[in-house]
Amino acid sequence: MTTAAISTIRRAAWILVLWTAVCLLLYATFAAVHYPWNWMGAWGYRTQFMWGWLTTLGISICAMLFSIAVGFLLMCGRRFPSEPVHLLASGIVEVLRGSPLLVQLLVGYYIIANALQVNSPLLVGTVLLGCFHGAYLAEVFRGAVESIGASQREAARAVGFDALQTYRYVIIPQAVRRALPGTTGQLVSLIKDSSLLSVIGIEELVQKVRILNSSSYTALEGYLPLAVAYLLMTLPLSWWARRLERRFAYET
Amino acid sequence: MKLEAQEVVKTFGKSTALSGATFATDADASVVALLGPSGGGKSTLLRILGSLLVPESGVILQDGTALPRDPEGALRTLRHNGFVFQGYNLFPHLTALQNVVLPLQAVHGLTRERARARAHDWLERLGLADHLHKRPAELSGGQQQRAAIARALAPEPKLLLLDEPTSALDPVMTGEVLEVIRGLAEAGQQIVLATHEISFARQVANWVIFLAAGRVEESCRAASFFQEPASALARQYVAGLSKYR
Repeated sequence: MTTAAISTIRRAAWILVLWTAVCLLLYATFAAVHYPWNWMGAWGYRTQFMWGWLTTLGISICAMLFSIAVGFLLMCGRRFPSEPVHLLASGIVEVLRGSPLLVQLLVGYYIIANALQVNSPLLVGTVLLGCFHGAYLAEVFRGAVESIGASQREAARAVGFDALQTYRYVIIPQAVRRALPGTTGQLVSLIKDSSLLSVIGIEELVQKVRILNSSSYTALEGYLPLAVAYLLMTLPLSWWARRLERRFAYET
Repeated sequence: MKLEAQEVVKTFGKSTALSGATFATDADASVVALLGPSGGGKSTLLRILGSLLVPESGVILQDGTALPRDPEGALRTLRHNGFVFQGYNLFPHLTALQNVVLPLQAVHGLTRERARARAHDWLERLGLADHLHKRPAELSGGQQQRAAIARALAPEPKLLLLDEPTSALDPVMTGEVLEVIRGLAEAGQQIVLATHEISFARQVANWVIFLAAGRVEESCRAASFFQEPASALARQYVAGLSKYR
């Protein structure tokens, strides 16, 4: 047997052992509290649950794309030589990162969107969620861009690249790899933070589960599938990010 | 090529790299060696001669024409030059071939096919035919530096500027790289070379500029410099370097 095959088998064995241990532990805990399960009550709301999941998925995907764009723009703003632009971008980052998302959602929807006569909670919620996480991403991106050393910038200029080409061909390709782990973590947070959008009346997954629980007199029957439903979104994201990291892997 | 500098000043923050460097080479100076102790301003002068840096004041002339000082003019001028650095400075995310192809396409406007053909050609000529698709981390120091030389030469620069190209290499790799540079010099490539390899400079250079503490102490034909440096500093420097080699 090859060493690769042995290490695969060993890995599988460990995963099995750990899974069994965790399941036993969970079973023992639940057995100890004598929880009265009522899965039939929760099952009746499966369509509602599916709709909630799809809403959360849709909002998350749009907000993720938007947050990456916002993060990139704010990062460029913070690195811009002109002082007003730099100050504005820094100010936006600090305010968005420093204040609670809950307050941003309430003020953004009931005051700002109202004043602008935008009435779609879905649109406003997605934009606000994207802005909040975009501010964090701006700093992740800035760290990655600033970690590209002066000698790489000089080499880029020496081969004749102008400022834009230096970013396009030298800095961004190298920075993407360094920004990937931090970005993945932020996007996973974004998915989970989408649950706060219920405060502006969006019936996303968590809100659907609250409704389900209160109408069928259940709790864990809603919340356990809820956790699984979130993992179904976050785990593929992490897996995909790890693949990307491997694709970008090279020694420096 | 006649290279000339008049009262060139360059500072970095509070430290002064060049404090009024002035010299003029003869019109037939084809391989100019910048010699002198570390921190004397060799690297800075080399970058200014190649338009990679623009001095605060003073003028640089190539064959009687002053180098432009505005950013766009400087960029246009530097695109006619090729640079090789001490630390190779290849792009780590690209293969050796891509490192050479990218500037040809993006800066010099060659088509993909022509750029690849020319890059192939240069890398092969520098002995890297088997390493075209390796990233810099998979190459030895000498191979990286030869790839960097290929990248600098592929656009057919008027002037090739080398900043201590062998300082980071062991003696064997140093030999490899010096051999390449000597071949280029013999083929008639215009070269400016900052180096501590004094015996190499003696063999290859035909003009020497000796810098110390941000000033040009001496600028003369290589033959007369190595026979008897005029300044005491240069005499000390040459004697010190020649002691163990």
